[in-house]
Amino acid sequence: MAEVTNNEIVQALTEKFGGQIIGVNEPYGLLTFETTKDVIIEVLRFLKENTTTNFNFLTDITAVHYPEKKHGIAVVYHLHSMVQKIRIRVKVFIDEHHPTIPTATVLWNSANWMERETYDFFGVKFEGHPDLRRILNMDELGVHPMLKQYPLEDPNRVDKKDEYFGR
Amino acid sequence: MNHNQPVYTDNDPQNELVTLNLGPTHPATHGVFQNVIQLDGERIVSGVSTIGYIHRAFEKIAEHRPFYQITPLTDRLNYCSSPINNMGWHMTVEKLLNIQMPKRVDYLRVIIMELSRIADHIICNTIIAQDTGATTTFLYLFQFREHIYEIFEEICGARLTTNIGRIGGFERDFNDIAFAKINKFLKEFPVALKEFESLLNRNRIFIDRTSGVACVTAEQGLDYGWTGPLLRSTGVDYDVRVSEPYASYQDFDFEIPVGTTGDIYDRYRVRNEEMWQSLRLIEQGMEKLKSEPAGIFHADVPEFYLPAKEEVYNNMEALIYHFKIVMGEIDAPKAEVYHAVEGGNGELGFYLINDGGRTPYRLHFRRPSFINYQMFAPMSKGMLLSDAIINMSSMNIIAGELDA
Repeated sequence: MAEVTNNEIVQALTEKFGGQIIGVNEPYGLLTFETTKDVIIEVLRFLKENTTTNFNFLTDITAVHYPEKKHGIAVVYHLHSMVQKIRIRVKVFIDEHHPTIPTATVLWNSANWMERETYDFFGVKFEGHPDLRRILNMDELGVHPMLKQYPLEDPNRVDKKDEYFGR
Repeated sequence: MNHNQPVYTDNDPQNELVTLNLGPTHPATHGVFQNVIQLDGERIVSGVSTIGYIHRAFEKIAEHRPFYQITPLTDRLNYCSSPINNMGWHMTVEKLLNIQMPKRVDYLRVIIMELSRIADHIICNTIIAQDTGATTTFLYLFQFREHIYEIFEEICGARLTTNIGRIGGFERDFNDIAFAKINKFLKEFPVALKEFESLLNRNRIFIDRTSGVACVTAEQGLDYGWTGPLLRSTGVDYDVRVSEPYASYQDFDFEIPVGTTGDIYDRYRVRNEEMWQSLRLIEQGMEKLKSEPAGIFHADVPEFYLPAKEEVYNNMEALIYHFKIVMGEIDAPKAEVYHAVEGGNGELGFYLINDGGRTPYRLHFRRPSFINYQMFAPMSKGMLLSDAIINMSSMNIIAGELDA
């Protein structure tokens, strides 16, 4: 099968979605672009089901927090075409005060726990997710700890006495 | 609703089902996994996995550590094959910094990574046998895991959580004892592995317990994000070492074994065959090393490679670089990079965002155990409890990698 180049993928995407595909670049050869949360599922579906792109495998979903940006949470999808042996990275920037985005579980079952993890750590609410609960942290935690406003424990704190911990 | 409670489907109007709390510390699950299952006799009606018991917030900690201090965190992901994690992380940073490795370092890395793959697969396959009742094989093959750890010990001083290598190469060259131990292992292990296979491959009891149990189709495997030996047992020949070669895997001649039905027996056979292929890779690596200039064990990148301690005390440049690396002041490009290696359980990915600070802006681990494990509860429906136990063993879920 003929190799599909990154340019051809971008061309196919812009033909279909027009101005919704922005910020295209290729850091270290990995095609990266941004889109909006209105069309993200359509974009993923197009990438998955189109026979020329054929990104059949969802590698990863995660998020990044940029507190200084207007839309402060980037949800990052890594897709992989095992046939073409290429990867692609899709980013969606969403408002950190109302972080909602449609769920990708309609396309891949593997998205289930990845989205739960992202919800747990960043508070991103995946609309339509069948079971959006915390996954690694306890429910009483109350915060989404990977957000940048939550620091690690101060290593110099003095109220934690070693004797209480058997040290 | 309290969110910590597992969700049950309302499929028991007459209260005839038994709810069994399997785990978090149960001798049959080999790790900290909790599954609340509903049983009808011995058959599982539904199950809910609860994970996170050994979550240690590595991604958060990594945002507060310079690059070289993140290596010990990766040790503790899949602690059955820590060197693969260590080198995956080193290669991610090297990709970010555009460092080319000398061939000799690549070959040394391949040798170490394949040894750890064997150690990983030894654990999984012997434990499948153990859980089906064959203790002999477990005790017999486990001594070779010990021999592998002795090789690691000779190279880096540690056994389980190895922290092996540095960004830019290895911390020291392999000594003669290490090479002698590798050669000894190459001679002794095939004999034992052959015997191991002859004990199990055509064993009636073992086949009855494993063949046709927990079959998975390729479509299901891909849909649930399976990678590694699990996906290959369903018949998909996806291996990161081949599809995106790193560490000069393209120089080696090896095969990717695949199964057909994705049942437990296929997974066992795929892992066993991978051990044979790993042996081939190590042999080729040892052969290739002979034609490489001796004594090269790191790339010539003093600004990124942590210098030896004697150098730091006696040499001005080394002291400067040491200080800058330890303080996280290296000149790394502001970029994001994704790098994947073939871990013991599948595609182990590192998604690193560097914003020019002392520490990563964000580091995400794509952990194969985490993603493989989510199929466990759905696929256990309708299975016998004893089959579900060996199904979990054959998935080789490592708690450290599951929870990060």
